[in-house]
Amino acid sequence: MADKLFGKAMKRVEDPRFITGTGNYTDDMTLPGMVHAAMVRSPYAHARIKKIDVSKARSYPGVLAVITGQEMKDAGINGIPTGWLHPGIKTPPHYAITFDKARHVGDIVAAVIAETRQIAEDAAELVEVDYEPLPAVALGSDALKPGAPAVHDDVPDNVCFTWSIGDKAAVDAAFASAHKTVKLNLRNNRLVPNAMEPRASLAQYLKASDEYTLWTTSQNPHIHRLLIAAFIMGIPEHKLRVIAPDVGGGFGSKIYQYPEEIIVLYAAKKLNRPVKWTARRSESFVTDSHGRDHETVAEMAVDQSGKITAVRVDTIANMGAYLTTFAPAVPTYLYGCLLAGTYTTPHIYCHVTAPFTHTTPVDAYRGAGRPEATYLLERLVDVMAHELGMDPVEFRRKNLIPPDAFPYQTPVALQYDSGNYEANLDKALELVNYKALRQQQEEWRKQGRYMGIGVITFIEACGLAPSALVGSLGAQAGQWESALVRVMPTGKVEVFTGTHSHGQGHETAFAQVVADELQIPVEDVVLVHGDTGRMPYGWGSYGSRSAPTGLSAIVLATRKIIDKAKKIAAHLLEASPDDIVHEDGKFMVKGVPDKAKTFFDIALMAHLAHNYPADLEPGLEATHFYDPKNFVFPFGTHIAVVEVDPDTGKVKLLRYLSVDDCGPVINPLIADGQVHGGVAQGLGQALLEEAVYDKEGQILSGNFLEYTLPRADDMVQIEHDHTVTPCPHNPLGIKGIGEAGTIASTAAVANAVMDALRPFGIVHLDMPYTPEKVWRAIQATKPLSQAAD
Amino acid sequence: MPDKVQIKVTVNGVEHHNEVEPRLLLVHYLRETLGLTGTHVGCDTSQCGACTVHLDGQAVKSCTMFAVQADGCNLTTIEGLGSAGNLHPVQEGFWEMHGLQCGFCTPGMIMAAVDLLNKNPQPSEAEIRHALEGNLCRCTGYHNIVRAVQYAADKMAGKIGAAADD
Ligand code: FES
Ligand code: FES
Repeated sequence: MADKLFGKAMKRVEDPRFITGTGNYTDDMTLPGMVHAAMVRSPYAHARIKKIDVSKARSYPGVLAVITGQEMKDAGINGIPTGWLHPGIKTPPHYAITFDKARHVGDIVAAVIAETRQIAEDAAELVEVDYEPLPAVALGSDALKPGAPAVHDDVPDNVCFTWSIGDKAAVDAAFASAHKTVKLNLRNNRLVPNAMEPRASLAQYLKASDEYTLWTTSQNPHIHRLLIAAFIMGIPEHKLRVIAPDVGGGFGSKIYQYPEEIIVLYAAKKLNRPVKWTARRSESFVTDSHGRDHETVAEMAVDQSGKITAVRVDTIANMGAYLTTFAPAVPTYLYGCLLAGTYTTPHIYCHVTAPFTHTTPVDAYRGAGRPEATYLLERLVDVMAHELGMDPVEFRRKNLIPPDAFPYQTPVALQYDSGNYEANLDKALELVNYKALRQQQEEWRKQGRYMGIGVITFIEACGLAPSALVGSLGAQAGQWESALVRVMPTGKVEVFTGTHSHGQGHETAFAQVVADELQIPVEDVVLVHGDTGRMPYGWGSYGSRSAPTGLSAIVLATRKIIDKAKKIAAHLLEASPDDIVHEDGKFMVKGVPDKAKTFFDIALMAHLAHNYPADLEPGLEATHFYDPKNFVFPFGTHIAVVEVDPDTGKVKLLRYLSVDDCGPVINPLIADGQVHGGVAQGLGQALLEEAVYDKEGQILSGNFLEYTLPRADDMVQIEHDHTVTPCPHNPLGIKGIGEAGTIASTAAVANAVMDALRPFGIVHLDMPYTPEKVWRAIQATKPLSQAAD
Repeated sequence: MPDKVQIKVTVNGVEHHNEVEPRLLLVHYLRETLGLTGTHVGCDTSQCGACTVHLDGQAVKSCTMFAVQADGCNLTTIEGLGSAGNLHPVQEGFWEMHGLQCGFCTPGMIMAAVDLLNKNPQPSEAEIRHALEGNLCRCTGYHNIVRAVQYAADKMAGKIGAAADD
């Protein structure tokens, strides 16, 4: 066999279709007789729907149906449930089409189905909705004020849930006896994920067999099938197939069970025609699940020696108008439990209040809770270091969890299985030449130039597991993963995974590992994903779970294949299975290399079963359901270097360096690419992006003109390296890398900008650091450096 | 419904005659009338560049034009740029350098990069970043897109030999 492919920067097998324009995204599909849906959406954040007159729209030429919420409710279609429950959580119904009130701009009040998309959109304008506009509330803290307008009548105080973790009394005591404390009021800006492919759904109903198929832009098609079958539409689960074909990015925004998916399924049966809906970007901005949106008071206490003794956090986490699939998990278990970070903080307390508001629902967005935790912790650390007059790196070093402390039990539930933080930090400092950078900063300051250096360390917890644990925390889902490895008579191999690749390159990386395990050419392996009709089951891709959970399942399935192949080889070679070794792509008798069978020989005989062990089933395929023992805990150090122009407030990124530890790297091309993209997204939050709402609940940044995504010239080439600390509890020692960049870079860039602004006496600003915000902040101070000059 | 208009357009070397509504956007003509779904739609404000094609040799955002405005023109879409086994150097660069992840921005990004190299065969990193400002990518952080374009520039200048396996 050729060299091992694990670790090799193999170029991707999925790329030829994408670079030649032959990918197959949902909106690319056309079915015979297909018709189109357009949604009528509320222009108000909060309004009573007094009357809907569909007659003009219904009689418009080419219109086939106008569907209202009342019609769907009368047809027995239920609301969309959330996938995570906390004790006492309020879960008001969320109907695909609302019929009583609109609760956010973009809430669907009717759907028009027509022969063409243009006709559907024209006719949608003709639906006459008599709204009674009502007062709205967009900011979480405003929603909690007495007398605030209620989003749901049965939740008059707007409190969806409260949650806390940690020993409050111990934390309060630590603060009472602290040497020094710092306190920050932080706003974690609301973001719009903006996967470049707008959401789309296409539904088909086959009358003869009473079967539905839904093609949709999803990260987790099995979750949709389960929710639609068991809760929303009552379609028998085996009569519904959900397919997520090529999906153009997700970042969390394609987890949620969206209303439009229900509407096209309903319409497809009603009309007995395939029905397609594709979002316009302006719809995406108000209906794709948003991310972040916290208002937080964060405090840190240290003792005389500069050791962190306590962290206390109180957060208001805006849920938006309805609960999405994972929203309740994000500002709780994926946030509060991460507040130890890489540090030995003995006492941590976090309290979260999650209100409903008249805004777009919030869900997981790349990193989901962990970027929020990292941001607040790393801001506190920098501010505290400054208070103590310590270099921020040395303050971190003093507080890092030492390598001999693993497994390390944090005071906020998680037990980190492995880590080597200081070595990782040192590698990053050396690569960036930290000392020289600080010297340069000094020199620049003398010249009136404002360089900032942001160094952060982080951990993340990904691949949520085991299922029993996440179930006890409120998940209404399992978090194991399935794999089916099917060997064909010619020795070609199909691998079915319940995770979904929408940019992460699983078709390549997973095939590399399977080729290694089976010792066959990688060209002989194909990965199949994203189709409930083909794989045993799946919980999808999010939370960086695909490699640690999904690929681990695949590896364990391939090992079952090997075991069976050895039995077949033993029979053919008239040896004991214990004497068969699998080497160089062959199954051979130990010490007798010319007594050998190829993988092909075995595959063929497994299917012919002519000369075959009597007690063995024919065929060569294996299924494995893998439930990990614990989360995995990737970590790293990220360093951002920026320059702030005091005359314009513009922040320019000069350098960005990351040293990540995701365990052994399967394909460095792909892993590095994940970091690059993640870093850009996190930088977007720090410098550019914010979903801004006015008091009436109107989004003011609802398109790419006002909502600024990072563009090519906002970024620099990223310097990137790894340390390797394997996960001790999965077969390959692998961790996740999909979210690391985003988790780390917001904090790194934020600390860099604040470091640059230190000579002005500015301690903290809320993101995003737009030129206007930075310029105004500088104007409001007397520059100390100028005074010194 | 408005009267339809007859247009003649050459796309990827093939002449098409169609009756189209005057308001039909060029991108929808390509995707829906001709079935060339490699050209994507990522926004409705002409900001993302996912729809970039070449019109008479110039990169244009096909969502900013009506199909009728392309009457008599020569268009190249991603499908006409090169094919598996016969890739354009820019396509090859994107593959070699991992210049794509989800692939959604990729056709537009490639068409914009080809246009850049047609005009400036040896661009600096800054020039590449500037030229691709009109094309959004949410996946790659642009790092490997820059490298892909640099690869293509070198390839077109004869500095790189044949790629390993295409
Ligand atoms: S679709 Fe043309 S610029 Fe976005
Ligand atoms: S590769 Fe996904 S948007 Fe560029």
